[in-house]
Amino acid sequence: MLAKRVIPCLDVRDGKVVKGVKFEGIRDVGDPVACAEEYNRQGADEIVFYDITASHEGRGVILDVVRETARKVFVPLCVGGGIKDIDDIRAILRAGADKVSVNSQAVKNPQLIKEGADIFGSQCICLGVDAKKTAPGKWTVYINGGRIDMGLDLVEWVKKAQALGAGEICLNSIDADGTKEGFDIDMLNAVCNAVTIPVIASGGAGKLSDFPDVFEKTGASAALAASLFHFGELTVGQVKDELKAKGFPVRCV
Amino acid sequence: MIAIIDYGAGNIFSVKNACEYLGVDALLTNDPVQIENADKLILPGVGAFPAAMDKLEKAGLVELIRREAQKKPLLGICLGMQMLFTKGYEFEEREGLGLIEGEVRLMTPKGLDIPHMGWNRLIKNRECPLLDGLGDDEYVYFVHSYAAQCADEDVAAYTDYGTKVTALVHRGNVYGAQFHPEKSGRTGLSILKSFAAL
Repeated sequence: MLAKRVIPCLDVRDGKVVKGVKFEGIRDVGDPVACAEEYNRQGADEIVFYDITASHEGRGVILDVVRETARKVFVPLCVGGGIKDIDDIRAILRAGADKVSVNSQAVKNPQLIKEGADIFGSQCICLGVDAKKTAPGKWTVYINGGRIDMGLDLVEWVKKAQALGAGEICLNSIDADGTKEGFDIDMLNAVCNAVTIPVIASGGAGKLSDFPDVFEKTGASAALAASLFHFGELTVGQVKDELKAKGFPVRCV
Repeated sequence: MIAIIDYGAGNIFSVKNACEYLGVDALLTNDPVQIENADKLILPGVGAFPAAMDKLEKAGLVELIRREAQKKPLLGICLGMQMLFTKGYEFEEREGLGLIEGEVRLMTPKGLDIPHMGWNRLIKNRECPLLDGLGDDEYVYFVHSYAAQCADEDVAAYTDYGTKVTALVHRGNVYGAQFHPEKSGRTGLSILKSFAAL
């Protein structure tokens, strides 16, 4: 049986981790490579870099980060943020990432999912989705970091993305994000019931019990958190110990 | 020196990165002389069985690998492991390297999705030097839709994905990992280290 995955996400701008990290023993808390190494030590099943570099010139920096991380961290690496075309995907994979997460550009040009999957394989193409509730049982998809409502129905979108070849969906709830009140169970269930590919729960993790909770109540195969791990409130290891104690299959290191 | 056979299939840098991290001498090569001179061989691979066999043939490596595997340890990884077998059935029936008797067929796990992608537990089937130092709660990272069917005596470890899935094979000099040791954290590094130490 596949292990439930716990995935820390690092927001990176111009090659530096954005949120302050309080890891013991790391001198440069802004260094994404050092942070990735620490998460690896804690038992992260995968590491996500979310590149929020705004300037076009700065875009190459994330490739150096990936290259350096791939020399030191031997778990799957995923990179998201600002991916526009096949060349971007190729460059990231060549730098040593195993997956890319496409979001806004996939909404604007869904063929990017198909082309990416055809060339690199579905396992490389994760669809990132930011969505917000509009009515009971209804959610719409937002782009540009949750700023623009595309009026696109979430469930329709994820079904289409699966048909185009997406290998995985990372579902971020705009409503839950930052609340620390737990994952968005209803939204996750709506998506998990609509697709057969793995779904990563994102947004809302605030305490230990949120993790067994999301796996008990939804079909999510992974849970992602950023600030919870960034600020050292919980370690990946603590989350996994809790999951294991609750009887979920997890990889403990 | 380990020769990581570079025949233009998939991301092979991560295998080299893992060797470097372990302090193991390794080079990426498709040069017959370097392959002959290496102490050990790693055959990586991502993609489809027939296309990868085509590439090996075009590079003139099929007979060379068959011959060298009689003399020194060879580790196939993922598709590289699948190609160790007699035959593959991805899209079409295709002859493999034939170093281990067996066939590679599409997985049909009841009620479970393919590809089989993620961390799954290694279940030891019999002693194998690559498993030295590992306990019985070790997870490794899989990404595949096809799986090898072979004699139980060649299976060092399997994993459970609705059914028994061949995870690690071993016959004589020939080893094969269906999972990616280079992406399997500490457990994977231990397996690569044990291979390097053979």
